[in-house]
Amino acid sequence: MLEIRNVNKSYGERAVLQDVSFTVGRGRMTGFVGGNGAGKTTTMRIILGVLSADAGTVSLDGAPLTAADRRRFGYMPEERGLYPKMRVHEQLVYLARLHGFAPAAAKRNATALLEQLGLGERANDTVESLSLGNQQRAQIAAALVHEPEVLVLDEPFSGLDPMAVDVVLGVLQSHAASGAPVLFSSHQLDIVERLCDDLVIIADGRIRANDSTDALRKQHGSSRYEILLGGGEGGTGDAGWLREVAGVSVIDFDGGYALFEAGDEARAAVLERAVASGQLASFGPHEPSLAQVFREVIR
Amino acid sequence: MSTTTTPRTARTAPSMMSSVGLVAGREISVRMRSKAFLISTGILMLAVLASVMFGGLASQNPELTKVAVIGSSADAASSAIAATDSLEAVTADSLEQAEQMLRDGEVSAIVVPSEDAASANPVTVIGLDQAPSDVVGALSIRPTIELLDEPGQNPFLIYLVAIGFGLVFFMSAMTFGTTIAQSVVEEKQTRIVEILMSTIPVRALLAGKVVGNSVMAFLQIVAIAALAILGMVVTSQKVLLGTLGSSVIWFVVFFAIGFVMLAALYAATASMVSRSEDIGSVTSPVMILVMLPYILVILFNNNPTVLAVMSYVPFSAPVGMPMRIFLGTAEWWEPLLSLAILVLTTVLTLALGSRIYSNSLLRLGARVKLSEALKR
Repeated sequence: MLEIRNVNKSYGERAVLQDVSFTVGRGRMTGFVGGNGAGKTTTMRIILGVLSADAGTVSLDGAPLTAADRRRFGYMPEERGLYPKMRVHEQLVYLARLHGFAPAAAKRNATALLEQLGLGERANDTVESLSLGNQQRAQIAAALVHEPEVLVLDEPFSGLDPMAVDVVLGVLQSHAASGAPVLFSSHQLDIVERLCDDLVIIADGRIRANDSTDALRKQHGSSRYEILLGGGEGGTGDAGWLREVAGVSVIDFDGGYALFEAGDEARAAVLERAVASGQLASFGPHEPSLAQVFREVIR
Repeated sequence: MSTTTTPRTARTAPSMMSSVGLVAGREISVRMRSKAFLISTGILMLAVLASVMFGGLASQNPELTKVAVIGSSADAASSAIAATDSLEAVTADSLEQAEQMLRDGEVSAIVVPSEDAASANPVTVIGLDQAPSDVVGALSIRPTIELLDEPGQNPFLIYLVAIGFGLVFFMSAMTFGTTIAQSVVEEKQTRIVEILMSTIPVRALLAGKVVGNSVMAFLQIVAIAALAILGMVVTSQKVLLGTLGSSVIWFVVFFAIGFVMLAALYAATASMVSRSEDIGSVTSPVMILVMLPYILVILFNNNPTVLAVMSYVPFSAPVGMPMRIFLGTAEWWEPLLSLAILVLTTVLTLALGSRIYSNSLLRLGARVKLSEALKR
């Protein structure tokens, strides 16, 4: 388990991270979301030891991280970085060797990984000659070529087409399945929703939530319901009367549709009245999307 | 997928040395593959070879003056000419033919034995319309000359050697200094530096760059020095080799250390900017340090005071000290003292450079202020 505890970091007067603590479990895909400038990249750099924290610790399975531990991390920086004029394969071999691999093993890993990511035919092209999507795959290969035991990826999916997203997703999931903690940040909440087991939400340098996605959804949607009222002949109904029911607070309203929060008693009253009106088309508990959870959490 | 099914490959954490070696190796292999680098090295080599040849010609005796002698048999005229080292005898069949050669400008004068054997001069010089003073001078009996001081070097040769040391230092330092600056900014600009920093210590990265480029610069200088010495041997300039040889070797030694210092400065200053377009402006102070010795040695190669100061200031010592050794104005211990000063300065520069480098690497965007780069 990767554990970040009470990490603080400031640049001059500006506090970028305040008391940041969260955990990334083994075998768990953990999404790290937050607005621009919330502190995601700084946190990741501190985990990797590229930046040093002003205070706080980062530990793996209870032991503080050492440079040797970090060498077993796979890292993908936010802004992509590879040598533009170096060949893809050669570059991967170089990075693997910097991580301590012998030349033969480094070559074998690079070749296998490029095949796996669908870049086998581009192995001897220079990075700058690749399309953006392929550069992105090469970047992911660079994070994985040394068989990392922990993955920290900053925006791994930005710039990928849906096919490439699936390929990368598969690779990351197989890493998580083999027991590696995987932490990745993303702006694309729909991908995060599909992919991650746990979620860490950061805003203004503070951690606002750190839990499994299921728990977060429940927490933010337990007393919410959606109702759809149909009109007499296929027209839309009017759910306006909901506002008059005691104990109901309407969150969203559009003609026959309403999203509302209500206790058990109020819910029963609403349902009864809807059935009586003869207009009820659907009714059910509301499962908030991660985007909604996110908006609420950082509010 | 293979990442889950294949057993983890055994690996050992690379030592500092092997990290430095890998980084240096990459720097060298990238450079060796660059056509621009190979071509510019070739041109520099040719320029050095040409100047050695030219310098050889300049230091040799001027072309022999041709004079006509009549008949091929040995007489007073031909033996007098043979005794000089600036005249060459051209044989004419008769006096008429010799006069014709003189009028045609093929010879500068005609030398014949004096008619009066008892004359103080054994030969008579026949000129065209005025006395051929160089021939007369060569045939005159000179008084014995004694010098109180050692004979100095030929001023023209001094000038050439000054340009040689200055230019080679300037060109090599510039080429590899700019190379290291570009390599630093490339890593910063492409952000691969983050991956590198999470893999190996920053010091290893900087050291690898400095070592890689210094090795290349050193090899180039050694190749140039070898070429220069070879050129002198081939053109049989034994005299030049004797006086220049030791200063060339000192030059290589000083350059090897001086360049490490410059490389650290180039890497540190370049790390303060994020775009390759800004390299020029940020490295210009270092560039001036590289250019100054070149300009000074050309302007003041005959000024002992300036040369003495230059030979101790670390930035100009690689040019100044070999120059003084060539001129024979340096005591035996002076290069050693200057070298010690240079080594010390280099160590300090490396410490300072490494601090600027590691403080600036992650700061993108605007140029990093020097005061911030130096912060602990």
